[in-house]
Amino acid sequence: MLRGVTIRRWLAFIALVALAGGVVGCGNTRDTNVILATTTSTFDTGLLDVLIPEFEKESGYNVKPIAVGTGKALAMGERGEADVLLVHAPAAEAELLASGAALDRKPVMHNFFVLVGPQADPARVMATSSVGNAMASIERAGSDFMSRGDDSGTHKMEMSLWDLAGVAPGGHWYQETGQGMGATLQIASQKSAYTLSDRATYIALSNVLDLGIVSGSDGDLLNTYSVLQLNGDRFSGLNVDGGRAFAEFLLSMETQATIRDFGIDSYGEPLFIPGPASGPGEPAS
Amino acid sequence: MELIWDGIVEAVRLIFGGDKEVAEIVFLTLRVSGAATVLATLIGVPIGAALGVWQFRGRGVLISIVNTGMGAPPVVVGLVVMIMLWRTGILGGLNILYTPWAMVFAQALIALPIVIGFSMAAIAGIDPAFRQQMLALGASRSQALYLMVLEARLAILAAVMAGFGAVISEVGAVMMVGGNIKGETRVLTTATVLESNRGEFGTAIALGAILLTLAFLVIATLTILQQRARIR
Amino acid sequence: MTESHAIELIDVRVWKNRRLILDVPSLKLPTHETFSVIGPNGAGKTTLLRIISLLDRPGEGQVLHAGQRISSGRETLRRRRRLAMVMQQPALRNSSVWENVLTGHRFRHTPKDIASRKVGEWLERLGISHLSDRNARRLSGGEAQRVNMARGLVLEPDLLLLDEPFNGLDQPTRLALMDDLWRILQEIRTSTVLVTHDRGEAQALSSSVAVMLDGKVEQIGDPDQVFTAPRTEEIASFVGVENVLAAKVIESNNGLTTASVGEGLVSLAGEYPTGEDLVLGISPEAVVIEDPSDLGATTSVRNRIPGSVSRLFEMGAQARVVVECGFPLVSLVPGSSVVDLRLSPGAQVVASFKASAVHVIRSGR
Repeated sequence: MLRGVTIRRWLAFIALVALAGGVVGCGNTRDTNVILATTTSTFDTGLLDVLIPEFEKESGYNVKPIAVGTGKALAMGERGEADVLLVHAPAAEAELLASGAALDRKPVMHNFFVLVGPQADPARVMATSSVGNAMASIERAGSDFMSRGDDSGTHKMEMSLWDLAGVAPGGHWYQETGQGMGATLQIASQKSAYTLSDRATYIALSNVLDLGIVSGSDGDLLNTYSVLQLNGDRFSGLNVDGGRAFAEFLLSMETQATIRDFGIDSYGEPLFIPGPASGPGEPAS
Repeated sequence: MELIWDGIVEAVRLIFGGDKEVAEIVFLTLRVSGAATVLATLIGVPIGAALGVWQFRGRGVLISIVNTGMGAPPVVVGLVVMIMLWRTGILGGLNILYTPWAMVFAQALIALPIVIGFSMAAIAGIDPAFRQQMLALGASRSQALYLMVLEARLAILAAVMAGFGAVISEVGAVMMVGGNIKGETRVLTTATVLESNRGEFGTAIALGAILLTLAFLVIATLTILQQRARIR
Repeated sequence: MTESHAIELIDVRVWKNRRLILDVPSLKLPTHETFSVIGPNGAGKTTLLRIISLLDRPGEGQVLHAGQRISSGRETLRRRRRLAMVMQQPALRNSSVWENVLTGHRFRHTPKDIASRKVGEWLERLGISHLSDRNARRLSGGEAQRVNMARGLVLEPDLLLLDEPFNGLDQPTRLALMDDLWRILQEIRTSTVLVTHDRGEAQALSSSVAVMLDGKVEQIGDPDQVFTAPRTEEIASFVGVENVLAAKVIESNNGLTTASVGEGLVSLAGEYPTGEDLVLGISPEAVVIEDPSDLGATTSVRNRIPGSVSRLFEMGAQARVVVECGFPLVSLVPGSSVVDLRLSPGAQVVASFKASAVHVIRSGR
């Protein structure tokens, strides 16, 4: 009983426990792990829950989706902390390409952002003809607006829309949640506020929301999701092959078909449209 | 109200319907928090005991660090661990970010000061004459310490439970270092946040109820142990 | 290896908060005997015991165990495991009596069969075999103290250190345990140091005794000598020689001296120069109270001084009587005497004591 209690033996014991744990923990080696940094919208809608198991089954890779919002996902890409990115902020994506951190960018799917708000529409947004005017009318009416405020793709889009409207948002009516899309929509619903959402997340949550689409069919609201592969020469330890395999998987015919059909069962309409938009607003790639 | 009722119905269905995903999450939660607690106990109890009994240079500083650590926000611990475990971080070579081991690491760090602090108090609560008598009977310093830990076993167990209770209900750190990956690093707290963000309130409430039950069991055990320790 | 002394202290000093609490220039404890250290609370007895037990290091000086210096930590532990110290508070583990008594052997990694045999044997010798499976925290004071003692004795040490082992026990329990301990110490003949503040315990159990006062060893000797012939007034008052009297020699011849004390006269053995100042000590037990009518009876008792009872305290089987006979004299008499002699304050009595019972604590000056 009192035999094994010297400090040295104790330390050795702890080291052994930690080592044993380490061996178990490192069961899946680095090459099979693919870290996917992505936006919350692909995650909160459940799309990735469908796509990833398919990819894992067919490729043998093990995908770790980290849903952090586009801003942070891009930051992770910039540091080489992820192997592949699935994001939706074309301008920021272009910067990452230009910096050399990312090598390749391919649009995977798109949909539209929607401006949603309370059914009563206190700012009379529905009467406006363009999204720019819609944003301006919210500011004029001083109606509550919930911003993501987290540098995500949606937030970046929201900021560009305020630019378009010629409005510098601020004041008591303008509030930042700092949270993901799902949480922000729910807050907006509870507070009877307007907010900008990607269409997919809004539809996925619409049954628990007391919000309607007040502006949604505008080329300026185009939301394109792209997959970015990172530069293996720049970062050591990057799983380049795994990242490429996932990017190719997303662009394959079968996956594109899965994306096309995703959500029809649950919501009666698709959440994403596969491939790039052919209409206006799509930046040249 | 209807929503909460629906949620409770869903909760009961998930818990008693043997939902595989929920079972997996519960199992992982217990495994991660359990491993973290074991690790924190193996390291923390001897340190706490030593701090409670031995006089040495730097003891005061260490106690201050432990006390600060007991109140440290878990998200800060999570942030620090995440930065350390980044590929570019000092522990990046371990390659354990976004695995359960990263969560064990972070949770062990969160539990460690709690275990140390509580053990320290438990050991300091023993009559100093006890240690003197053990030494007088020929104990080495570490043997005397070991017997004091045995003597304070109920209070030490309470320390361990407190550590477990703190980490099992923690969300920020595991979200950051685990990434809330389905089937891999999704635990009760992060799953609850996710399901609530997704508007899946039924699942969220179910997961919350399970977490609440686990936390209740922990606290109840803790209370009973402490009462017994006091009676003794 | 010569083992003339179990323990030898050389120039040992201990300070606590800059105060010198132990100052022992030289102390040698005999082997195979029981040595008592007696003194009031705070005299430094326990400090001395902790130094001897190697639990504490002296601020200055050396402690030799069986003639050897102990320098390294490893040596200290090895030596500590050759001795056993039984402390004042039992501080038993929250487990069975058996497990408690086994503890010291666990520390020493004694082979299991040997350890078990010894534990069984010592539980038996201390008469607590029947408590073996009981939780040690649920014992009476006497039982706990027996377990405490068994825990030390079971180690069969070279040196046994006992710190106030009978403290806090009621009288019958204390006497029974004292009796058993005496018997055991006779049997095992282990070098033993007994720290106590009780003169009776020291007298009953030890072959020599040291009186400690204020961190210093004031007197060492066999118990009878120390308790009847204390070297100073301070020792006298501590060991219970309550009658400490200032006297002046009036005449001295044929080995007998007469000295004046207050307004009375006292005869004592020995010769001293006329006019010399003396300090006399008389144990209360040595003073007998007699009825005044017995004054005419012939007896060898030199001092028979008439006086009156000034105060009277009855303490169970004994009574303490203060007689005013030209000076106050304390006497310890059997309780029955109070009734037989109809003692009460103001009663006329004769206080008598032998010349040989008068001890000269100090002479000269």
